[in-house]
Amino acid sequence: MLTHRVIPCLLLSQSRGGLVKTLKFAKPKYVGDPINAVKIFNEKEVDELMVLDIDATREGRGPDFALIEDLASECFMPLCYGGGIRNAEDARTLFSLGVEKVSLQSALVANPGLVREIADHAGEQAVVVSIDVKKSWLGKPQLFSAAGVKPAFADWREAVKAAVASGAGEILLNAVDKDGTLSGPDLDLIREASALADVPLIATGGIASLADMKAATDAGASAVAAGAYFVFQGPHRAVLITYPRYEELRALWS
Amino acid sequence: MDVTIIDCGIGNIKSVQRMFQAADGDAEIVSDPAALGDARRIVLPGVGAFDAGMSALGQGWIEPLNRLVIEKGVLALGICLGMQLLCRRSEEGVLPGLGWIAADVKLLDTGGDPKLKIPHMGWSVVTPARENPLIPSDEEQRFYHVHKYRAVCDREQDVLATATYGTTFTTAVQRDNIWGAQFHPEKSHRFGMALMRRFLAMPA
Repeated sequence: MLTHRVIPCLLLSQSRGGLVKTLKFAKPKYVGDPINAVKIFNEKEVDELMVLDIDATREGRGPDFALIEDLASECFMPLCYGGGIRNAEDARTLFSLGVEKVSLQSALVANPGLVREIADHAGEQAVVVSIDVKKSWLGKPQLFSAAGVKPAFADWREAVKAAVASGAGEILLNAVDKDGTLSGPDLDLIREASALADVPLIATGGIASLADMKAATDAGASAVAAGAYFVFQGPHRAVLITYPRYEELRALWS
Repeated sequence: MDVTIIDCGIGNIKSVQRMFQAADGDAEIVSDPAALGDARRIVLPGVGAFDAGMSALGQGWIEPLNRLVIEKGVLALGICLGMQLLCRRSEEGVLPGLGWIAADVKLLDTGGDPKLKIPHMGWSVVTPARENPLIPSDEEQRFYHVHKYRAVCDREQDVLATATYGTTFTTAVQRDNIWGAQFHPEKSHRFGMALMRRFLAMPA
C-alpha cells in the first residue's frame, strides 16, 4: 500500500529570474521557468508540489501572489507554498488563490501563535512548519535560518516539539548540509525528528535515488521532498525534469 | 450552469472550480445562500474543523440546502470536510451535521501502527464497494487524502468506496442523490478529473 508522498521542491528566486537549485543553501543555480516546470511536474502526475521563495524574507517582502496564482492554476495536485508569509492574512490570500498548504519558518520567531491562528481558520493540515538543521563545526546539529533570522530555540528538537504543540499539521525537516549534494539523506536526523513528531514528517536534503527515499521512510519520514534529484541529470548537473513512474514508486513501498 | 459550488468560507473553492472547468463543466461559485436558486448540481467542498464547517453552514445555508437536496432531490457532492458535514455528527465537534447520510464521523483507526501518523496525508487506492457511476471498478483509482476523521455508516449500502490506512475505512458515501468523497478529486490529477466528468454526466 503506497502511503508515502514524493514531493518535488522548487526554489523561487526573483533576483535570479526564476527557479534555482542550491547547494547547502548557497550557490543558487538557475534551472528554469517556474510555470513551465510546474506544468511538466503536473503532467508527470507528481504526488504533491512544494514551491519555496528563498528570497522573500531576506528581501523583506511578502509572497508574489500573482505568480503563485499562475502556478496554482497549473496544479491538479496539492501545492504547498513557503517564503515571506508574514501573517494570517498572507496565508488566507494564498489559500484563496488555490494553495493547499503554507510553509512557515521565519515569521514564527516573532509570532509563534501564527501556526494556531492559521490552523484555526484553514485546519492543521494546511500548516507546515519548516525546520532547517545544519551541523556546527563540531558536528552538532543546530537550527539554521537561511533568511538570517535568529532562531527562537537553542535546540532543534525543541523547535520540532513546539511546532507540533502549536498546531502544525506537518514538519518539513531540511538537512542543510545535504541540500543539493545528492549524497543521501541524513537518516539519524530523520529518525530522531520522526520520534519527536506525531504528525507527518517530510524529509528533505540529499535524496539521490529511489533507495534513498525508501531509507528515509524506513527511518520514519512520512514523505520525502527533493530538488536536485528531480531537476538535475548526470555528473554535470544538466537540467532535466524527471519524476519516478507510479509503478516504480509502488514497487518501492510494496 | 452545470455545477454550483458553495463558498461559505471553509473550502479550497478555486481548486474545485478549476477541476470542474478542466473536466469541461461550467462551475459557478456561490457565496450567498439566496443565490443558490435552482442549482442543478451542488458541490460542498470544505477543509478544517467540523464545528467551523457547521457554523459556516449555519449562516443561512442549511434551510435552502435541505429544500434543494432533500425535498427537490438535487444532486449533491460533499468533498473532504464537506462529506463529513453530510453526516449526523462528528467526534471532532459538538454541533449536529446535516444528517443527510446515516453516519457518524469518527477518528481514523490506524490499527496501532506508530509509523502511520494522523492526519492521513497522501494518495490511496480507492476501491468501490459496489457498482456505481462515480467510482468505476474497471481501473485502479487513486486519490489524494488529507484527513483525521472518517465516516462510519449505519447502513452498509451507503458505503460507496473504501481505502486503507492501517485499517480499511469508508472514503466515499452515497444515498440516493447525495454523494460524498473524503478525498480530494480536485487535487487528484486525471483520476479526479475523470470523477468530476462522471459527476457532470449524471442526469440532473
